[in-house]
Amino acid sequence: MPEVLKAPLVVEFPFTRSLGSVQSAFLTGLRERTVLGVKTTDGKVMVPPVEYDPVTADELRDLVEVESTGTVTTWAWNPEPRRGQPLGTPFAWVLVRLDGADTALLHALDAPGPDAVTTGMRVRVRWAAERTGAITDIACFEPYEGEAADAEPAAHDGQFDDAVTGIVAAARLDYVYSPGRAQTAYINALADRRTVGERCPSCRKVYVPPRGACPTCGVATTDRVEVGPAGTVTTFCIVNVKARNLDIELPYVYAHIALDGADLALHGRIAGIPYDQVRMGLKVEPVWTEGGRYPDHYRPTGEPDADYDTYKELV
Amino acid sequence: MREVAIVAFAQSDHLRTTDELSEVDMVMPVLHQVLAQTGLRTSDIGFTCSGSSDYLAGRAFSFTMTLDGVGAWPPISESHVEMDGAWAMYEAWVKLLTGEVDTALVYSYGKSSPGSVRDVLTRQLDPYYVAPLWPDSVALAALQAQALIDAGETDETALAGIAARSRESASANCHAQVKGSVPQGDYEVQPLRKGDCPPVSDGAVAVILAAGDKARELCERPAWIRGMDHRIEAHSLGVRDLTDSPSSRLAAERAGAFERPVDTAELHAPFTSQEVVLRKALKLGDDVAVNPSGGALAANPVMAAGLLRIGEAAARIHRGESDRALAHATSGPCLQQNLVAVLEGDAR
Ligand SMILES: [Zn+2]
Repeated sequence: MPEVLKAPLVVEFPFTRSLGSVQSAFLTGLRERTVLGVKTTDGKVMVPPVEYDPVTADELRDLVEVESTGTVTTWAWNPEPRRGQPLGTPFAWVLVRLDGADTALLHALDAPGPDAVTTGMRVRVRWAAERTGAITDIACFEPYEGEAADAEPAAHDGQFDDAVTGIVAAARLDYVYSPGRAQTAYINALADRRTVGERCPSCRKVYVPPRGACPTCGVATTDRVEVGPAGTVTTFCIVNVKARNLDIELPYVYAHIALDGADLALHGRIAGIPYDQVRMGLKVEPVWTEGGRYPDHYRPTGEPDADYDTYKELV
Repeated sequence: MREVAIVAFAQSDHLRTTDELSEVDMVMPVLHQVLAQTGLRTSDIGFTCSGSSDYLAGRAFSFTMTLDGVGAWPPISESHVEMDGAWAMYEAWVKLLTGEVDTALVYSYGKSSPGSVRDVLTRQLDPYYVAPLWPDSVALAALQAQALIDAGETDETALAGIAARSRESASANCHAQVKGSVPQGDYEVQPLRKGDCPPVSDGAVAVILAAGDKARELCERPAWIRGMDHRIEAHSLGVRDLTDSPSSRLAAERAGAFERPVDTAELHAPFTSQEVVLRKALKLGDDVAVNPSGGALAANPVMAAGLLRIGEAAARIHRGESDRALAHATSGPCLQQNLVAVLEGDAR
């Protein structure tokens, strides 16, 4: 079996998320080096705060200010930090119950090694030099010698100048994508300006591009079949909207094209004919540009139009 | 309540990479196997439901590709959950209970090899307070493990014992990925060593459900679903008691697990420490065979490993090796969501 194709695939997206009033107060507070929690109906203080009680579902709005010092409730030593994590050097993941809070916050603890970390140890917030209103405004925690303050946390109105109302949560995941056996064969053939499909052993239909299985019969398609190069326009539309990064004059025609010998139409752009003269049944052939890895577009062959009956099953 | 049973179960071999296979290539043989076990054809199936995740594939609507393997033309009654297949099975079970259909095909798959599972799973975390810190799945499990050690409920030696027992059990499972004697290795995230963590796996699983007499007709000893329930806990880790799993216990109670003892438990515990939590929450004694298949420590195709547990439990009933089994599936960090099914064979 020839080697399957592989290529790096990066999926990256910046999610823009809006904040509710409690989250907005908490994250704005971090920017101002103030840690806020929220009081539950039964008087517990949740840090980080949420808008609805996870047990009773009561709406929570009573903000209080807690200390930036706290106690580790559990930890885990991370010998090899991964991309995006708070510290680039080995560190401990910690759940920290801040003084005045009844729940714990997840973050990183900067410590020289696992021997320097214990459950119950005292820590304090190390603030990031530049703060924007995000959980990363806490750069990390660091060991701290002081005792816990036992004063009741004071009420806070949650009001700050220029409140943060949204965050951009950037996400990036890296993959090595492989299209599998069937599409590898299809892509490799395109490099030789040939189009190959696969035939279903059961219903004999030829699928282009092949995906490895017949959607009607649910069995693997394996017999490789060369189709085209010419084909028939089975249906089409006229595009009047410019796509980003696409240098094609408007309007243009996008069509379903049943290559000769194929039982499934693939899509392609039609050129070499005025857009308002493209029609169902038009016979077309692929046009390759220098170095192109797939047909740039399809143009009329000049043959007579195909009879509707010859392609009606493929519309 | 209508009687519903698992009547067939099939799984792929679970492998570290399956480059040459597209998702449909991986799933199709498993679908063919469950259909062959029952003699059913796609057109005989009343409802089809699948579970998978686009984040593993790195591509939107990735499940539509594997539908080709089902033979979805002419149109079929079909649904998908962006979750472990155990939850797809729950949906199918409910559909059967309504009386609308008599059979259902449930499948799920995970092809983890193209990406990094540890990073991919961070995307299911709270996007405001947690995900920006990129705590990976091993790190979060390690926090739970340390909490258990601090509470005196386990230690590293006991965890290593769970790892060894699981991989030893997996020796009898021809589909398992990691089996036999495997060194515990270095710390991935302390206190969890490599041996405490699941392998990264590609794999697929399928089951067929049938109701009443249809089940008896299709299977010599159907695995009757006596109850099934799923529960979720607060999403903030710092709110939860990580040494316990009240959601598992409640799901088990609602599924009827505590009405009579079980002889087998297939637990979806990707990390050794999670087995400690689940044994306690599900009140499993030492006389219960826990993960005779090797469990998720032996093969962990994400999104399929939970349905695998249910399938393995059902297969033991089919083979007459169990009379009453508990099957558990989990999702999310530190056993956040939990599903429990109770399966029984007819009295012998
Ligand atoms: Zn076919």
